[in-house]
Amino acid sequence: MIDVLFSLWLRQVRGFLRARGRVFSALSQPFLFLIALGLGFAPVFRKAGEGDYFAFLAPGVIGAGILFNAVYSGADLLWDRQFGFIKETLVAPVSRHWILLGRALGVASVAMIQAIIVGAICLIFSASLPAPGALALFLLFALLIAVLCAFFGSILGSVMSDAQSFSQIVNFIITPVFYLSGAVFPLEGQSGAIRVMAFCNPLTYGIDGMRGALSGHYVIPPAFSFLVLSLSTLFAAGVAQIAFSRIRP
Amino acid sequence: MNQTSPQAPCPVIAVQDLAKKYAGKRVVDGLSFSVSAGEIFAFLGPNGAGKTTTIKMLTTLLPPDEGRILMNGIDLATDPMEARRHFGVVFQDCTLDPAMTVQENLWMHCAFYRIPRARRPERIAHVLALFALTDRRDSIVSTLSGGLKRRVEIARALLHQPALIFLDEPTLGLDPQSRRVLWDHLQLLQAHHGTTIFLTSHYLDEVERYAQSVAVIKKGRIVTQGAVAAIISHTAHASLEDSFLSLTAEDGAADDETAG
Repeated sequence: MIDVLFSLWLRQVRGFLRARGRVFSALSQPFLFLIALGLGFAPVFRKAGEGDYFAFLAPGVIGAGILFNAVYSGADLLWDRQFGFIKETLVAPVSRHWILLGRALGVASVAMIQAIIVGAICLIFSASLPAPGALALFLLFALLIAVLCAFFGSILGSVMSDAQSFSQIVNFIITPVFYLSGAVFPLEGQSGAIRVMAFCNPLTYGIDGMRGALSGHYVIPPAFSFLVLSLSTLFAAGVAQIAFSRIRP
Repeated sequence: MNQTSPQAPCPVIAVQDLAKKYAGKRVVDGLSFSVSAGEIFAFLGPNGAGKTTTIKMLTTLLPPDEGRILMNGIDLATDPMEARRHFGVVFQDCTLDPAMTVQENLWMHCAFYRIPRARRPERIAHVLALFALTDRRDSIVSTLSGGLKRRVEIARALLHQPALIFLDEPTLGLDPQSRRVLWDHLQLLQAHHGTTIFLTSHYLDEVERYAQSVAVIKKGRIVTQGAVAAIISHTAHASLEDSFLSLTAEDGAADDETAG
């Protein structure tokens, strides 16, 4: 089964690397966020005594990049359903569990490639190198977000049937997920309602874990964030398996 | 219906009382037929008759509501994974990954069917040569013509050396030259490898020329089945197309294909 997983993983990675426009937009989107939000909010942030907004924003933007990249990959699945390739996989003597897992790992890897490149460029500009342990923790949280979002994208790609409305519906879902994750503003000092919504959002735990790994300042204990993200990933994987098993091409 | 006698050869496909409902309507309604080893078997019917639904059930994509399917003696309901090793499928729509090369598509199929890595280059080279595709191995699929894509799909379906291959409208949308080339390859396959071919087609002149057996389906039920010559003779028409039109006259060709 390793061979099947590897083939499906490779298909996703290869597909991404061959689509130059996709590579360009995946890598440029986080920097557009950094520039637009960073230049706009940095003076306000500094005046409020919160420090360097770019350092605060970078982990959030990397997390957002993973979110958008992995969830939008659900469109690939929808595309495969509509244009045939899914049938080749579903008539093969391979369990659907492995097919879904191979796809999800490929999607997560693509999102991680993007996160690592953007993260490396941010580190070069910040002229600082975090300790290896901090970097490993940062990557662990990034990976958990990537796998969670890959399964979430698979759920959407399995249950939706209209490719044309996919982007609109996904935007409707993930835009609030992004803004209510603490990616662009600190959760400390926010109203109760905002905090409740943020703490119901699994991305919040991933962003806080990534940011805390680099800065040493956590809003949520990292072990708890790890637990929430792991459970959310398992839950999403379970729902994705059910949704994927119900696909009828 | 077929596998009970120990003396009788086991048919490649044995279907008994197969039924499928969509929204309360029985689109496949008690089909029973068998396909013998090594023959070209054509499964014919007007649009919406239930052909594609039947193929989906035969290829394990859809579970039947009723009935039983045996493939090389394997019950699809109890062991679909094992049954899948015994057949290859070429669907009506292209199921190749358009962003990958021909060879990459074939390699992925080898992984799905657990063909050992050491044997893959030889198997891939063999099917590429068989379908005159060797010089296209590194072409991205999206750059190929419809006829070439169809040949790649059939080549891919043969990689795991199945005893049976399903072809859903294999020549649909192809020009006459490509259709002729495809049929030449299919005949070669039947003659040299003994592969059983189960196909659907609306080109009845081709079916009459190349198929040995036919089943005609109308409103989810088989209206006739048997050797091509016998059906033409039985219906007292000059061609299979005329026989087909008389057998399916009530349906016409304009039926809505909502599920089939």
